[in-house]
Amino acid sequence: MEIKKRKKDISGAISLGVVRLMFFSLVFILILLLGKIFIEGIGVISPEFLLDSPKNNMTEGGIGPAIFGTVAVTLLMILFTVPLGVFSAIYLNEYAKDTFFTRLIRTSINNLAGVPSIVFGLFGLGFFILFIGKELDEVLQTGLLFGQPALLWASATLAVLVLPIVIVSTLEALNSVPKSHRDASYGLGATKWQTIKNVVLPQARPGILTGTILAISRGAGETAPILFLGAAFFLPNLPIADLCIGGYCIPMINPTEQFMYLAYHIFIMATQSANPTKTLPLQYGSTLVLIALTFLLNITAIIFRYRFRKILGRL
Amino acid sequence: MKETKILVKDLNLFYGEKQALKNISIEILSKRVTAFIGPSGCGKSTFLRVLNRMNDLIDHVRIEGEVFIDGVNIYDKSLDVVNLRKNVGMVFQKSNLFPKSIYDNLVYGPRINGIRDKKILDEIVEKTLNQAAIWDEVKDRMNENALSLSGGQQQRLCIARALAVEPEIILMDEPASALDPISTAKIEELIHDLKKEYTIVIVTHNMQQAARVSDQTAFFYLGELIEFDRTTTIFTRPTKKQTEDYVTGRFG
Repeated sequence: MEIKKRKKDISGAISLGVVRLMFFSLVFILILLLGKIFIEGIGVISPEFLLDSPKNNMTEGGIGPAIFGTVAVTLLMILFTVPLGVFSAIYLNEYAKDTFFTRLIRTSINNLAGVPSIVFGLFGLGFFILFIGKELDEVLQTGLLFGQPALLWASATLAVLVLPIVIVSTLEALNSVPKSHRDASYGLGATKWQTIKNVVLPQARPGILTGTILAISRGAGETAPILFLGAAFFLPNLPIADLCIGGYCIPMINPTEQFMYLAYHIFIMATQSANPTKTLPLQYGSTLVLIALTFLLNITAIIFRYRFRKILGRL
Repeated sequence: MKETKILVKDLNLFYGEKQALKNISIEILSKRVTAFIGPSGCGKSTFLRVLNRMNDLIDHVRIEGEVFIDGVNIYDKSLDVVNLRKNVGMVFQKSNLFPKSIYDNLVYGPRINGIRDKKILDEIVEKTLNQAAIWDEVKDRMNENALSLSGGQQQRLCIARALAVEPEIILMDEPASALDPISTAKIEELIHDLKKEYTIVIVTHNMQQAARVSDQTAFFYLGELIEFDRTTTIFTRPTKKQTEDYVTGRFG
């Protein structure tokens, strides 16, 4: 028997080289991008910057209202999208029969995730403001309250934007629960809902949670859809109103007001301000804050996934 | 004393257009072990799932014919399927314990049936674990994840879990096919003990197992029930040529 010597694998070496080159270029670009933003932005960050309003035509002051607006819009968005998305997915995966119609819906949801976000913005303007808002004003006799750009409609539109992502990730999480566990539950005389509640949801929860958080972080960073849905150039006051019940008043987010929004704020500082060069440091600072916010959400998702994976690790 | 527990008359089952079971009629006796044997794809597992209506969970399945358990037609439209499955328990081919503690697995059935009292639940756990002959092995590990048990222990725990809802009939779908010989022997012993109180129907690929544990044996082939008789008859003096060929290992 003759055992052959190893031949040089030239094409293998070349492809490895190319793949490596691509990978490290990507890492390099990423580091460059984040590094630049961090270095330029970190000097601007201070408690005043995070809390104050912009001053002097945006060349001074902080981004407090923009952070507030972003958080307010995101919170409302979660309120709309999570129940709607999760329950729709539960219905689609657990209850709906496999018919032409449900397959059509599934495909549409997948396609919806790829629609450019500006289209959602136009949809929000046409559907939420000009249709629902106007109708509400007519019915409730509120003059012009709902039929104009406002925080409520921006949140609703972003909710629609991230809805497909929430549904798809929830579907995947539900689908990953083994059929044998459902069979076990049914075999013990459980009803469909008992099976979903006691067996399916507990196992799907980490997947649903991480998918939802990632979807939300995507929504929080969007600019295009809210351009004409109530994001304001500058507002002296926060969108807050006192909610009074029986004499007790607490300040609440006022969903019918306009608002400032981080991503939009960066856009206008860079393009609409009287002196874009003077706003440059503030732009870096705001970008850093925006990235930090979305990064925080992503980290939360990763921690959730990691912790639950450890618990379910023996599967 | 021979008492009929399950009576099936002219049962046909279709997956979409394809007919999977053809004109099955069978009479299963109370407190006996009945084995279903036959080559893969012969419909024996499908037929087992007819008996507690697990096939309802699959889309596009159509069933014709009648199945009576204690004289009640279980395919009657007014029948409560959930209640049926409480009375007809099932043990699956592969252990399908939930990723929960041993205790939580056992009380899953009683809990969904509305039993909340911890003392009663504890009693059920001890009783069923003793019935399944696994009490000594797990009594000190009740709060451990059930999936940390060995394969054989997991399968016996599945049997205990099925017993916890106090069924009268237990369906077993190749319960020992993924186990080693020692674990298999334990399961077979268990089946032998359980038939004093339960009616057991077992699907098995293993003909020696059918011969060892069952009183009656049904041979299925291509969706038809070829022969059904006492186990000793099936294995020693089968009347049909196909049965003889199968039990002697000439095909399958």
